[in-house]
Amino acid sequence: MSTTQTHAPKPAKRIKPTTWAAIGFAAPLIIYMLVFYVSPLVQNISMSLHRYTRRTFVTGEAPWTGLDVYKEVVSTPEFWTTLRQTLIFVVLSIVFQYSIGLALAVFFNQNFKLSAGLRGAFLVPWLLPPMISGTIWQWMMDADSGLVNNLLGVFGLDPVWWLQADKSLWAVIIANIWLGIPFNLVILYSGLQNINGDLYEAASLDGCNAWQRFWKITFPLLKPVTMITLLLGFVYTLRTVDIIWIMTKGTGTSRTLATWAYEMAFGKGTSATIKYSEASVVGTILILVALAFALIYLWAQGKEEER
Amino acid sequence: MQHRSTWWKTAIGIVLTLIMLFPVYWMINISFTQRRSIRSGDLVPMDFTLDNYTAAFNSQLPYLGTSLIIALGCVIVTLLIALPSSYALAILHIKGRKTLNFLLIVAQMIPAVVMALGFYQIFSDLNLLDTLPGLIVADSTIAVPFAVMLLTGFMTGMPRSLIEAAQIDGASQWTVFTRIVIPLSRNTIVTTSLFSFLWAWSDFMFASTLDSGGGKMRPITMGIYDFIGSQNQEWGPMMATAVLASVPTALLLIVAQKYVAAGVTAGAIKD
Repeated sequence: MSTTQTHAPKPAKRIKPTTWAAIGFAAPLIIYMLVFYVSPLVQNISMSLHRYTRRTFVTGEAPWTGLDVYKEVVSTPEFWTTLRQTLIFVVLSIVFQYSIGLALAVFFNQNFKLSAGLRGAFLVPWLLPPMISGTIWQWMMDADSGLVNNLLGVFGLDPVWWLQADKSLWAVIIANIWLGIPFNLVILYSGLQNINGDLYEAASLDGCNAWQRFWKITFPLLKPVTMITLLLGFVYTLRTVDIIWIMTKGTGTSRTLATWAYEMAFGKGTSATIKYSEASVVGTILILVALAFALIYLWAQGKEEER
Repeated sequence: MQHRSTWWKTAIGIVLTLIMLFPVYWMINISFTQRRSIRSGDLVPMDFTLDNYTAAFNSQLPYLGTSLIIALGCVIVTLLIALPSSYALAILHIKGRKTLNFLLIVAQMIPAVVMALGFYQIFSDLNLLDTLPGLIVADSTIAVPFAVMLLTGFMTGMPRSLIEAAQIDGASQWTVFTRIVIPLSRNTIVTTSLFSFLWAWSDFMFASTLDSGGGKMRPITMGIYDFIGSQNQEWGPMMATAVLASVPTALLLIVAQKYVAAGVTAGAIKD
Protein backbone atom coordinates (compact mmCIF):
# COMPACT_ATOMS: atom_id res chain seq x y z
CA MET A 1 0.00 0.00 0.00
CA SER A 2 1.44 3.29 -1.04
CA THR A 3 1.28 6.05 1.47
CA THR A 4 3.70 8.53 0.00
CA GLN A 5 1.96 11.84 -0.06
CA THR A 6 2.77 14.78 -2.24
CA HIS A 7 1.54 17.76 -0.32
CA ALA A 8 0.87 20.66 -2.58
CA PRO A 9 0.78 23.82 -0.50
CA LYS A 10 -2.73 25.18 -0.69
CA PRO A 11 -3.76 28.80 -0.39
CA ALA A 12 -5.08 29.40 3.11
CA LYS A 13 -8.50 30.73 2.13
CA ARG A 14 -9.41 27.48 0.33
CA ILE A 15 -8.87 25.28 3.38
CA LYS A 16 -12.30 25.51 4.84
CA PRO A 17 -14.46 24.46 1.90
CA THR A 18 -12.03 21.60 1.21
CA THR A 19 -12.36 20.38 4.76
CA TRP A 20 -16.11 20.36 4.42
CA ALA A 21 -15.86 18.54 1.13
CA ALA A 22 -13.48 16.02 2.66
CA ILE A 23 -15.89 15.33 5.50
CA GLY A 24 -18.71 14.96 3.01
CA PHE A 25 -16.80 12.49 0.89
CA ALA A 26 -15.61 10.50 3.91
CA ALA A 27 -19.01 10.50 5.63
CA PRO A 28 -20.30 7.28 4.01
CA LEU A 29 -17.23 5.38 5.24
CA ILE A 30 -17.32 6.87 8.73
CA ILE A 31 -21.00 6.07 9.16
CA TYR A 32 -20.48 2.64 7.63
CA MET A 33 -17.64 1.86 10.02
CA LEU A 34 -19.60 3.02 13.04
CA VAL A 35 -22.63 0.95 12.10
CA PHE A 36 -21.02 -2.17 10.68
CA TYR A 37 -17.74 -2.53 12.55
CA VAL A 38 -17.99 -0.65 15.80
CA SER A 39 -21.48 -1.77 16.71
CA PRO A 40 -20.91 -5.53 16.19
CA LEU A 41 -17.68 -5.19 18.17
CA VAL A 42 -19.36 -3.32 21.00
CA GLN A 43 -22.17 -5.86 20.89
CA ASN A 44 -19.65 -8.67 21.13
CA ILE A 45 -17.77 -7.16 24.06
CA SER A 46 -20.99 -6.28 25.85
CA MET A 47 -22.23 -9.85 25.49
CA SER A 48 -19.02 -11.12 27.02
CA LEU A 49 -19.65 -8.99 30.12
CA HIS A 50 -23.28 -10.06 30.58
CA ARG A 51 -24.73 -13.50 31.07
CA TYR A 52 -26.65 -14.18 27.90
CA THR A 53 -28.69 -17.31 27.47
CA ARG A 54 -31.20 -18.20 24.80
CA ARG A 55 -33.91 -16.55 26.91
CA THR A 56 -32.14 -13.39 27.98
CA PHE A 57 -30.95 -12.97 24.38
CA VAL A 58 -34.58 -12.52 23.35
CA THR A 59 -35.78 -10.52 26.37
CA GLY A 60 -32.63 -8.41 26.56
CA GLU A 61 -32.44 -8.70 30.35
CA ALA A 62 -29.09 -10.39 30.65
CA PRO A 63 -27.51 -9.64 34.04
CA TRP A 64 -24.16 -7.86 34.25
CA THR A 65 -21.40 -10.26 35.27
CA GLY A 66 -18.20 -8.32 34.70
CA LEU A 67 -15.33 -10.67 34.06
CA ASP A 68 -17.03 -13.73 35.57
CA VAL A 69 -17.62 -15.45 32.24
CA TYR A 70 -13.98 -14.82 31.30
CA LYS A 71 -12.88 -16.58 34.48
CA GLU A 72 -15.23 -19.48 33.80
CA VAL A 73 -14.01 -19.91 30.24
CA VAL A 74 -10.34 -19.68 31.15
CA SER A 75 -10.75 -22.17 33.99
CA THR A 76 -12.17 -24.89 31.73
CA PRO A 77 -9.71 -27.49 30.47
CA GLU A 78 -11.26 -27.11 27.00
CA PHE A 79 -9.94 -23.59 26.76
CA TRP A 80 -6.34 -24.66 27.22
CA THR A 81 -6.67 -27.67 24.93
CA THR A 82 -8.24 -25.47 22.27
CA LEU A 83 -5.58 -22.81 22.71
CA ARG A 84 -2.86 -25.41 22.28
CA GLN A 85 -4.50 -26.79 19.15
CA THR A 86 -4.97 -23.30 17.79
CA LEU A 87 -1.29 -22.54 18.24
CA ILE A 88 -0.25 -25.79 16.56
CA PHE A 89 -2.65 -25.09 13.70
CA VAL A 90 -1.47 -21.52 13.21
CA VAL A 91 2.26 -22.05 13.65
CA LEU A 92 2.58 -25.18 11.52
CA SER A 93 0.34 -23.67 8.84
CA ILE A 94 2.33 -20.49 8.46
CA VAL A 95 5.75 -22.13 8.78
CA PHE A 96 5.01 -24.48 5.88
CA GLN A 97 3.05 -21.96 3.85
CA TYR A 98 5.91 -19.53 4.14
CA SER A 99 8.79 -21.88 3.44
CA ILE A 100 7.08 -23.60 0.51
CA GLY A 101 5.87 -20.22 -0.77
CA LEU A 102 9.39 -18.81 -0.54
CA ALA A 103 10.98 -21.78 -2.29
CA LEU A 104 8.44 -21.47 -5.10
CA ALA A 105 8.92 -17.70 -5.30
CA VAL A 106 12.69 -18.12 -5.68
CA PHE A 107 12.09 -20.79 -8.30
CA PHE A 108 9.61 -18.71 -10.30
CA ASN A 109 11.82 -15.65 -10.03
CA GLN A 110 14.20 -17.25 -12.52
CA ASN A 111 12.01 -16.17 -15.42
CA PHE A 112 11.90 -19.29 -17.51
CA LYS A 113 9.45 -19.91 -20.30
CA LEU A 114 5.83 -20.10 -19.10
CA SER A 115 6.81 -18.97 -15.59
CA ALA A 116 4.24 -16.16 -15.54
CA GLY A 117 1.41 -18.42 -16.65
CA LEU A 118 2.29 -21.16 -14.19
CA ARG A 119 2.53 -18.63 -11.41
CA GLY A 120 -1.00 -17.53 -12.30
CA ALA A 121 -2.22 -21.12 -12.12
CA PHE A 122 -0.78 -21.35 -8.62
CA LEU A 123 -3.33 -18.75 -7.50
CA VAL A 124 -6.24 -21.14 -7.99
CA PRO A 125 -6.30 -22.63 -4.46
CA TRP A 126 -6.33 -19.15 -3.00
CA LEU A 127 -9.15 -17.85 -5.19
CA LEU A 128 -11.31 -20.94 -4.92
CA PRO A 129 -14.04 -20.58 -2.29
CA PRO A 130 -12.59 -22.25 0.87
CA MET A 131 -15.89 -24.09 1.06
CA ILE A 132 -15.02 -25.92 -2.16
CA SER A 133 -11.41 -26.61 -1.20
CA GLY A 134 -12.68 -28.03 2.07
CA THR A 135 -15.08 -30.31 0.25
CA ILE A 136 -12.35 -31.57 -2.08
CA TRP A 137 -9.96 -32.29 0.78
CA GLN A 138 -12.68 -33.96 2.78
CA TRP A 139 -13.24 -36.34 -0.12
CA MET A 140 -9.53 -36.89 -0.74
CA MET A 141 -9.02 -37.74 2.94
CA ASP A 142 -12.00 -40.04 3.13
CA ALA A 143 -10.97 -43.06 5.18
CA ASP A 144 -12.34 -45.82 2.93
CA SER A 145 -11.78 -44.65 -0.60
CA GLY A 146 -10.03 -41.30 -0.33
CA LEU A 147 -7.13 -40.68 -2.62
CA VAL A 148 -4.67 -39.99 0.20
CA ASN A 149 -5.26 -43.39 1.80
CA ASN A 150 -5.10 -45.09 -1.60
CA LEU A 151 -1.72 -43.48 -2.10
CA LEU A 152 -0.56 -44.62 1.35
CA GLY A 153 -1.76 -48.10 0.42
CA VAL A 154 0.53 -48.11 -2.63
CA PHE A 155 3.45 -47.72 -0.25
CA GLY A 156 2.07 -50.45 1.97
CA LEU A 157 0.97 -48.09 4.72
CA ASP A 158 -2.21 -48.49 6.70
CA PRO A 159 -5.13 -46.17 5.99
CA VAL A 160 -5.42 -43.18 8.31
CA TRP A 161 -8.72 -41.93 9.72
CA TRP A 162 -7.85 -38.41 8.69
CA LEU A 163 -11.00 -36.59 9.64
CA GLN A 164 -11.41 -37.95 13.14
CA ALA A 165 -10.06 -37.70 16.67
CA ASP A 166 -6.37 -36.91 16.98
CA LYS A 167 -5.74 -37.01 13.21
CA SER A 168 -8.21 -34.25 12.38
CA LEU A 169 -5.81 -31.48 13.37
CA TRP A 170 -3.23 -32.81 10.90
CA ALA A 171 -5.86 -33.08 8.18
CA VAL A 172 -6.93 -29.45 8.48
CA ILE A 173 -3.33 -28.26 8.73
CA ILE A 174 -2.43 -30.03 5.48
CA ALA A 175 -5.44 -28.55 3.68
CA ASN A 176 -4.74 -25.11 5.11
CA ILE A 177 -1.10 -25.18 4.03
CA TRP A 178 -2.24 -25.94 0.49
CA LEU A 179 -4.70 -23.07 0.72
CA GLY A 180 -2.12 -20.53 1.93
CA ILE A 181 0.81 -21.26 -0.38
CA PRO A 182 -0.42 -19.01 -3.25
CA PHE A 183 -0.76 -15.95 -1.01
CA ASN A 184 2.78 -16.40 0.32
CA LEU A 185 4.12 -17.10 -3.16
CA VAL A 186 2.66 -13.94 -4.68
CA ILE A 187 3.77 -11.59 -1.92
CA LEU A 188 7.25 -13.06 -1.61
CA TYR A 189 7.63 -13.09 -5.39
CA SER A 190 6.89 -9.38 -5.58
CA GLY A 191 9.41 -8.88 -2.76
CA LEU A 192 12.03 -10.73 -4.79
CA GLN A 193 11.29 -8.59 -7.83
CA ASN A 194 12.32 -5.53 -5.83
CA ILE A 195 15.79 -6.89 -5.06
CA ASN A 196 18.42 -5.36 -7.28
CA GLY A 197 19.83 -7.96 -9.68
CA ASP A 198 23.31 -6.35 -9.63
CA LEU A 199 23.78 -7.65 -6.10
CA TYR A 200 23.59 -11.22 -7.35
CA GLU A 201 26.04 -10.56 -10.14
CA ALA A 202 28.50 -9.00 -7.73
CA ALA A 203 28.13 -11.98 -5.41
CA SER A 204 28.68 -14.39 -8.31
CA LEU A 205 31.88 -12.58 -9.22
CA ASP A 206 33.00 -12.93 -5.62
CA GLY A 207 32.48 -16.68 -5.96
CA CYS A 208 29.26 -17.17 -4.00
CA ASN A 209 27.21 -20.19 -5.01
CA ALA A 210 23.42 -20.18 -5.30
CA TRP A 211 22.94 -21.40 -1.72
CA GLN A 212 25.15 -18.66 -0.30
CA ARG A 213 23.48 -16.04 -2.50
CA PHE A 214 20.13 -17.03 -1.06
CA TRP A 215 21.22 -16.84 2.58
CA LYS A 216 23.47 -13.79 2.21
CA ILE A 217 21.35 -11.64 -0.12
CA THR A 218 17.82 -12.86 -0.74
CA PHE A 219 16.82 -13.83 2.76
CA PRO A 220 18.15 -10.75 4.61
CA LEU A 221 16.72 -8.36 2.02
CA LEU A 222 13.36 -10.08 2.16
CA LYS A 223 13.11 -9.58 5.91
CA PRO A 224 10.57 -6.73 5.84
CA VAL A 225 8.36 -8.58 3.36
CA THR A 226 8.76 -11.75 5.40
CA MET A 227 7.66 -9.90 8.49
CA ILE A 228 4.48 -8.65 6.85
CA THR A 229 3.71 -11.99 5.20
CA LEU A 230 4.02 -13.84 8.51
CA LEU A 231 1.97 -11.24 10.37
CA LEU A 232 -0.87 -11.36 7.88
CA GLY A 233 -0.57 -15.13 7.72
CA PHE A 234 -0.91 -15.34 11.49
CA VAL A 235 -3.98 -13.14 11.59
CA TYR A 236 -5.73 -14.85 8.69
CA THR A 237 -4.94 -18.33 9.97
CA LEU A 238 -6.05 -17.54 13.50
CA ARG A 239 -9.54 -16.62 12.36
CA THR A 240 -10.00 -19.53 9.95
CA VAL A 241 -13.32 -21.25 10.37
CA ASP A 242 -14.64 -22.36 6.98
CA ILE A 243 -12.02 -24.88 5.87
CA ILE A 244 -11.94 -26.55 9.30
CA TRP A 245 -15.68 -26.56 9.64
CA ILE A 246 -16.29 -28.12 6.23
CA MET A 247 -13.72 -30.85 6.78
CA THR A 248 -14.27 -31.88 10.39
CA LYS A 249 -16.90 -29.59 11.95
CA GLY A 250 -14.23 -28.71 14.48
CA THR A 251 -14.38 -32.16 16.04
CA GLY A 252 -11.49 -34.11 17.52
CA THR A 253 -8.30 -32.14 17.79
CA SER A 254 -9.20 -29.75 14.98
CA ARG A 255 -11.13 -27.36 17.20
CA THR A 256 -9.52 -23.91 17.29
CA LEU A 257 -10.54 -20.77 19.16
CA ALA A 258 -12.35 -19.46 16.09
CA THR A 259 -14.34 -22.64 15.41
CA TRP A 260 -15.05 -22.99 19.11
CA ALA A 261 -16.54 -19.50 19.20
CA TYR A 262 -18.51 -20.36 16.06
CA GLU A 263 -20.03 -23.53 17.48
CA MET A 264 -20.89 -21.94 20.82
CA ALA A 265 -22.35 -18.79 19.28
CA PHE A 266 -24.65 -20.54 16.88
CA GLY A 267 -25.22 -23.89 18.57
CA LYS A 268 -23.56 -25.85 15.78
CA GLY A 269 -21.64 -29.09 15.75
CA THR A 270 -20.92 -30.55 19.17
CA SER A 271 -22.29 -27.51 20.99
CA ALA A 272 -25.95 -28.39 21.34
CA THR A 273 -26.79 -25.31 23.38
CA ILE A 274 -26.10 -21.77 22.33
CA LYS A 275 -23.61 -20.07 24.64
CA TYR A 276 -23.58 -16.44 23.58
CA SER A 277 -21.53 -15.11 26.46
CA GLU A 278 -18.87 -17.81 26.32
CA ALA A 279 -18.64 -17.40 22.56
CA SER A 280 -18.20 -13.66 22.84
CA VAL A 281 -15.52 -14.12 25.50
CA VAL A 282 -13.52 -16.21 23.04
CA GLY A 283 -14.43 -13.67 20.35
CA THR A 284 -13.14 -10.79 22.46
CA ILE A 285 -9.86 -12.62 23.05
CA LEU A 286 -9.55 -12.97 19.27
CA ILE A 287 -10.29 -9.26 18.83
CA LEU A 288 -7.54 -8.33 21.29
CA VAL A 289 -5.05 -10.51 19.43
CA ALA A 290 -6.15 -8.91 16.14
CA LEU A 291 -5.68 -5.44 17.63
CA ALA A 292 -2.21 -6.30 18.89
CA PHE A 293 -1.26 -7.61 15.47
CA ALA A 294 -2.66 -4.55 13.71
CA LEU A 295 -0.31 -2.45 15.83
CA ILE A 296 2.68 -4.69 15.08
CA TYR A 297 1.70 -4.62 11.39
CA LEU A 298 1.68 -0.82 11.32
CA TRP A 299 5.00 -0.75 13.10
CA ALA A 300 6.50 -3.21 10.61
CA GLN A 301 5.12 -1.24 7.71
CA GLY A 302 6.50 1.98 9.13
CA LYS A 303 9.90 0.36 9.42
CA GLU A 304 9.76 -0.76 5.83
CA GLU A 305 8.91 2.73 4.68
CA GLU A 306 11.93 4.09 6.51
CA ARG A 307 14.22 2.01 4.39
CA MET B 1 18.04 -13.19 -18.57
CA GLN B 2 16.35 -15.84 -20.64
CA HIS B 3 18.61 -18.70 -21.63
CA ARG B 4 17.74 -21.37 -24.07
CA SER B 5 18.84 -24.04 -21.62
CA THR B 6 16.00 -23.32 -19.20
CA TRP B 7 13.55 -25.83 -20.65
CA TRP B 8 14.12 -28.11 -17.66
CA LYS B 9 13.03 -25.31 -15.32
CA THR B 10 9.83 -25.05 -17.30
CA ALA B 11 9.43 -28.81 -16.94
CA ILE B 12 9.88 -28.64 -13.16
CA GLY B 13 7.48 -25.69 -13.06
CA ILE B 14 4.84 -27.66 -14.91
CA VAL B 15 5.24 -30.65 -12.59
CA LEU B 16 4.95 -28.43 -9.50
CA THR B 17 1.86 -26.73 -10.90
CA LEU B 18 0.27 -30.10 -11.64
CA ILE B 19 0.90 -31.26 -8.08
CA MET B 20 -0.53 -28.05 -6.67
CA LEU B 21 -3.61 -28.14 -8.84
CA PHE B 22 -4.20 -31.85 -8.47
CA PRO B 23 -6.99 -31.46 -5.87
CA VAL B 24 -8.81 -29.16 -8.27
CA TYR B 25 -8.40 -31.68 -11.07
CA TRP B 26 -9.71 -34.35 -8.75
CA MET B 27 -12.89 -32.36 -8.20
CA ILE B 28 -13.42 -32.10 -11.96
CA ASN B 29 -12.64 -35.78 -12.41
CA ILE B 30 -15.20 -36.87 -9.80
CA SER B 31 -17.82 -34.51 -11.21
CA PHE B 32 -17.79 -36.47 -14.50
CA THR B 33 -17.80 -39.93 -12.92
CA GLN B 34 -20.81 -42.21 -12.48
CA ARG B 35 -21.86 -42.85 -8.94
CA ARG B 36 -20.98 -46.56 -9.06
CA SER B 37 -17.38 -45.86 -10.08
CA ILE B 38 -16.59 -42.93 -7.81
CA ARG B 39 -14.92 -45.08 -5.21
CA SER B 40 -12.64 -46.81 -7.69
CA GLY B 41 -10.38 -43.77 -7.80
CA ASP B 42 -9.59 -43.73 -11.53
CA LEU B 43 -7.31 -40.91 -12.61
CA VAL B 44 -9.59 -40.03 -15.51
CA PRO B 45 -13.38 -40.39 -15.59
CA MET B 46 -13.51 -43.87 -17.16
CA ASP B 47 -17.19 -44.18 -16.38
CA PHE B 48 -18.06 -40.85 -17.94
CA THR B 49 -21.37 -39.12 -17.31
CA LEU B 50 -22.96 -35.70 -17.38
CA ASP B 51 -25.75 -36.73 -15.02
CA ASN B 52 -24.03 -35.07 -12.06
CA TYR B 53 -24.22 -31.76 -13.88
CA THR B 54 -27.88 -32.25 -14.74
CA ALA B 55 -28.58 -32.97 -11.07
CA ALA B 56 -26.48 -30.01 -9.95
CA PHE B 57 -28.18 -27.63 -12.38
CA ASN B 58 -31.64 -28.79 -11.43
CA SER B 59 -31.17 -28.40 -7.71
CA GLN B 60 -28.59 -25.62 -7.47
CA LEU B 61 -29.64 -23.05 -10.05
CA PRO B 62 -31.59 -20.88 -7.56
CA TYR B 63 -28.59 -20.85 -5.21
CA LEU B 64 -26.28 -19.80 -8.03
CA GLY B 65 -28.70 -17.00 -8.90
CA THR B 66 -28.83 -15.85 -5.28
CA SER B 67 -25.03 -15.86 -5.07
CA LEU B 68 -24.84 -13.75 -8.20
CA ILE B 69 -27.26 -11.16 -6.77
CA ILE B 70 -25.42 -11.06 -3.45
CA ALA B 71 -21.98 -10.76 -5.02
CA LEU B 72 -23.06 -8.00 -7.41
CA GLY B 73 -24.87 -6.18 -4.61
CA CYS B 74 -21.74 -6.43 -2.52
CA VAL B 75 -19.63 -4.91 -5.31
CA ILE B 76 -22.01 -1.95 -5.56
CA VAL B 77 -22.09 -1.33 -1.80
CA THR B 78 -18.31 -1.63 -1.58
CA LEU B 79 -17.70 0.88 -4.37
CA LEU B 80 -20.33 3.33 -3.09
CA ILE B 81 -18.57 3.42 0.27
CA ALA B 82 -14.97 3.12 -0.85
CA LEU B 83 -14.76 5.48 -3.83
CA PRO B 84 -15.81 8.77 -2.18
CA SER B 85 -13.90 8.04 1.02
CA SER B 86 -10.73 7.19 -0.88
CA TYR B 87 -11.10 10.54 -2.62
CA ALA B 88 -11.35 12.24 0.76
CA LEU B 89 -8.30 10.36 2.05
CA ALA B 90 -6.03 10.59 -0.97
CA ILE B 91 -6.96 13.82 -2.74
CA LEU B 92 -8.57 15.99 -0.08
CA HIS B 93 -6.17 14.85 2.68
CA ILE B 94 -8.88 14.67 5.30
CA LYS B 95 -7.70 15.26 8.86
CA GLY B 96 -7.23 12.13 10.92
CA ARG B 97 -6.50 9.94 7.92
CA LYS B 98 -3.79 8.12 9.87
CA THR B 99 -6.34 7.12 12.50
CA LEU B 100 -8.78 6.10 9.79
CA ASN B 101 -6.07 4.05 8.13
CA PHE B 102 -5.31 2.28 11.39
CA LEU B 103 -8.98 1.55 11.98
CA LEU B 104 -9.25 0.05 8.51
CA ILE B 105 -6.35 -2.29 9.22
CA VAL B 106 -7.97 -3.35 12.49
CA ALA B 107 -11.30 -3.79 10.69
CA GLN B 108 -9.65 -6.06 8.17
CA MET B 109 -8.19 -8.20 10.92
CA ILE B 110 -11.32 -8.74 13.00
CA PRO B 111 -12.29 -12.41 12.85
CA ALA B 112 -15.42 -13.03 10.80
CA VAL B 113 -16.92 -15.10 13.62
CA VAL B 114 -16.87 -12.06 15.89
CA MET B 115 -18.58 -9.94 13.25
CA ALA B 116 -21.16 -12.66 12.64
CA LEU B 117 -22.03 -12.86 16.32
CA GLY B 118 -22.44 -9.09 16.56
CA PHE B 119 -24.43 -8.90 13.35
CA TYR B 120 -26.70 -11.71 14.48
CA GLN B 121 -28.01 -9.74 17.43
CA ILE B 122 -28.32 -6.50 15.47
CA PHE B 123 -29.97 -8.18 12.50
CA SER B 124 -32.45 -9.98 14.69
CA ASP B 125 -33.50 -6.62 16.16
CA LEU B 126 -33.79 -5.07 12.70
CA ASN B 127 -35.47 -8.11 11.10
CA LEU B 128 -32.62 -8.44 8.65
CA LEU B 129 -31.90 -12.11 9.38
CA ASP B 130 -32.42 -14.39 6.37
CA THR B 131 -32.69 -11.48 3.96
CA LEU B 132 -30.56 -10.65 0.95
CA PRO B 133 -29.88 -7.00 1.86
CA GLY B 134 -28.67 -8.15 5.28
CA LEU B 135 -26.28 -10.65 3.78
CA ILE B 136 -25.06 -8.18 1.14
CA VAL B 137 -24.19 -5.64 3.81
CA ALA B 138 -22.50 -8.24 6.00
CA ASP B 139 -20.46 -9.56 3.06
CA SER B 140 -19.41 -6.05 2.10
CA THR B 141 -17.58 -5.71 5.42
CA ILE B 142 -15.04 -8.23 4.12
CA ALA B 143 -14.17 -6.03 1.14
CA VAL B 144 -14.60 -2.40 2.23
CA PRO B 145 -11.33 -1.92 4.19
CA PHE B 146 -9.33 -3.59 1.43
CA ALA B 147 -11.10 -1.48 -1.21
CA VAL B 148 -10.46 1.80 0.60
CA MET B 149 -6.78 1.00 1.14
CA LEU B 150 -6.28 -0.09 -2.47
CA LEU B 151 -8.09 2.88 -4.00
CA THR B 152 -6.46 5.38 -1.63
CA GLY B 153 -3.06 4.00 -2.52
CA PHE B 154 -3.77 4.40 -6.20
CA MET B 155 -5.34 7.86 -5.99
CA THR B 156 -2.44 9.17 -3.93
CA GLY B 157 -0.14 8.45 -6.83
CA MET B 158 -2.32 10.30 -9.31
CA PRO B 159 -0.79 13.35 -11.00
CA ARG B 160 -2.02 16.34 -9.01
CA SER B 161 -1.52 18.71 -11.92
CA LEU B 162 -4.61 17.31 -13.63
CA ILE B 163 -6.77 17.91 -10.59
CA GLU B 164 -5.37 21.37 -9.95
CA ALA B 165 -5.88 22.36 -13.58
CA ALA B 166 -9.52 21.37 -13.35
CA GLN B 167 -9.94 23.29 -10.10
CA ILE B 168 -8.47 26.42 -11.66
CA ASP B 169 -11.05 26.04 -14.40
CA GLY B 170 -13.67 26.20 -11.64
CA ALA B 171 -14.60 22.53 -11.43
CA SER B 172 -16.32 21.49 -8.19
CA GLN B 173 -15.02 18.66 -6.02
CA TRP B 174 -17.85 16.53 -7.31
CA THR B 175 -16.87 17.18 -10.92
CA VAL B 176 -13.22 16.42 -10.21
CA PHE B 177 -14.25 13.22 -8.46
CA THR B 178 -16.63 11.95 -11.13
CA ARG B 179 -14.95 13.27 -14.27
CA ILE B 180 -11.26 12.90 -13.47
CA VAL B 181 -10.53 10.70 -10.48
CA ILE B 182 -13.01 7.90 -11.13
CA PRO B 183 -12.16 7.46 -14.83
CA LEU B 184 -8.43 7.46 -14.04
CA SER B 185 -8.93 4.84 -11.31
CA ARG B 186 -10.62 2.43 -13.70
CA ASN B 187 -8.10 -0.40 -13.34
CA THR B 188 -8.05 -0.24 -9.57
CA ILE B 189 -11.85 -0.16 -9.53
CA VAL B 190 -11.82 -3.35 -11.59
CA THR B 191 -9.43 -5.05 -9.13
CA THR B 192 -11.52 -3.93 -6.17
CA SER B 193 -14.75 -5.12 -7.76
CA LEU B 194 -13.29 -8.50 -8.68
CA PHE B 195 -12.16 -9.16 -5.14
CA SER B 196 -15.35 -8.00 -3.47
CA PHE B 197 -17.32 -10.14 -5.92
CA LEU B 198 -15.19 -13.18 -5.22
CA TRP B 199 -15.20 -12.78 -1.45
CA ALA B 200 -18.97 -12.38 -1.32
CA TRP B 201 -19.32 -15.39 -3.63
CA SER B 202 -17.03 -17.47 -1.39
CA ASP B 203 -18.47 -16.40 1.93
CA PHE B 204 -19.45 -19.20 4.26
CA MET B 205 -19.44 -17.58 7.70
CA PHE B 206 -22.11 -14.93 7.16
CA ALA B 207 -24.25 -17.13 4.93
CA SER B 208 -24.32 -19.94 7.47
CA THR B 209 -25.20 -17.69 10.39
CA LEU B 210 -27.20 -14.73 9.11
CA ASP B 211 -29.05 -16.50 6.31
CA SER B 212 -29.43 -20.05 7.59
CA GLY B 213 -33.20 -19.99 7.25
CA GLY B 214 -33.23 -18.40 3.82
CA GLY B 215 -34.38 -21.52 1.96
CA LYS B 216 -33.67 -21.20 -1.76
CA MET B 217 -32.65 -17.60 -1.26
CA ARG B 218 -29.32 -18.74 0.12
CA PRO B 219 -25.99 -18.56 -1.69
CA ILE B 220 -24.31 -21.47 -3.44
CA THR B 221 -21.93 -22.13 -0.55
CA MET B 222 -24.99 -23.14 1.44
CA GLY B 223 -26.20 -25.28 -1.43
CA ILE B 224 -22.96 -27.26 -1.20
CA TYR B 225 -23.15 -27.28 2.58
CA ASP B 226 -26.55 -29.00 2.39
CA PHE B 227 -24.89 -31.78 0.39
CA ILE B 228 -22.30 -32.27 3.13
CA GLY B 229 -24.96 -32.31 5.81
CA SER B 230 -27.17 -34.88 4.13
CA GLN B 231 -26.80 -38.44 5.34
CA ASN B 232 -25.98 -40.21 2.08
CA GLN B 233 -23.27 -38.08 0.61
CA GLU B 234 -23.81 -37.55 -3.11
CA TRP B 235 -20.23 -36.89 -4.13
CA GLY B 236 -20.87 -36.69 -7.88
CA PRO B 237 -23.53 -33.94 -7.90
CA MET B 238 -21.69 -32.26 -5.03
CA MET B 239 -18.47 -32.02 -7.01
CA ALA B 240 -20.41 -30.91 -10.10
CA THR B 241 -21.91 -28.12 -7.98
CA ALA B 242 -18.46 -27.25 -6.69
CA VAL B 243 -17.21 -26.98 -10.28
CA LEU B 244 -20.10 -24.67 -11.16
CA ALA B 245 -19.37 -22.58 -8.07
CA SER B 246 -15.73 -22.30 -9.15
CA VAL B 247 -16.61 -20.72 -12.49
CA PRO B 248 -16.16 -17.13 -11.23
CA THR B 249 -12.69 -18.05 -9.95
CA ALA B 250 -11.74 -19.56 -13.28
CA LEU B 251 -13.10 -16.59 -15.23
CA LEU B 252 -11.25 -14.23 -12.97
CA LEU B 253 -7.95 -15.96 -13.55
CA ILE B 254 -8.37 -16.23 -17.29
CA VAL B 255 -9.79 -12.78 -17.95
CA ALA B 256 -8.19 -10.68 -15.26
CA GLN B 257 -4.98 -12.26 -14.00
CA LYS B 258 -3.05 -9.01 -13.93
CA TYR B 259 -5.74 -7.33 -11.82
CA VAL B 260 -5.70 -10.21 -9.38
CA ALA B 261 -1.94 -10.15 -8.90
CA ALA B 262 -2.12 -6.37 -8.45
CA GLY B 263 -4.68 -6.81 -5.70
CA VAL B 264 -2.77 -9.42 -3.73
CA THR B 265 0.43 -7.46 -3.53
CA ALA B 266 -1.10 -4.03 -3.12
CA GLY B 267 -3.08 -5.27 -0.15
CA ALA B 268 0.04 -6.29 1.69
CA ILE B 269 3.04 -4.22 0.74
CA LYS B 270 3.94 -1.03 -0.94
CA ASP B 271 6.00 -1.01 -4.09
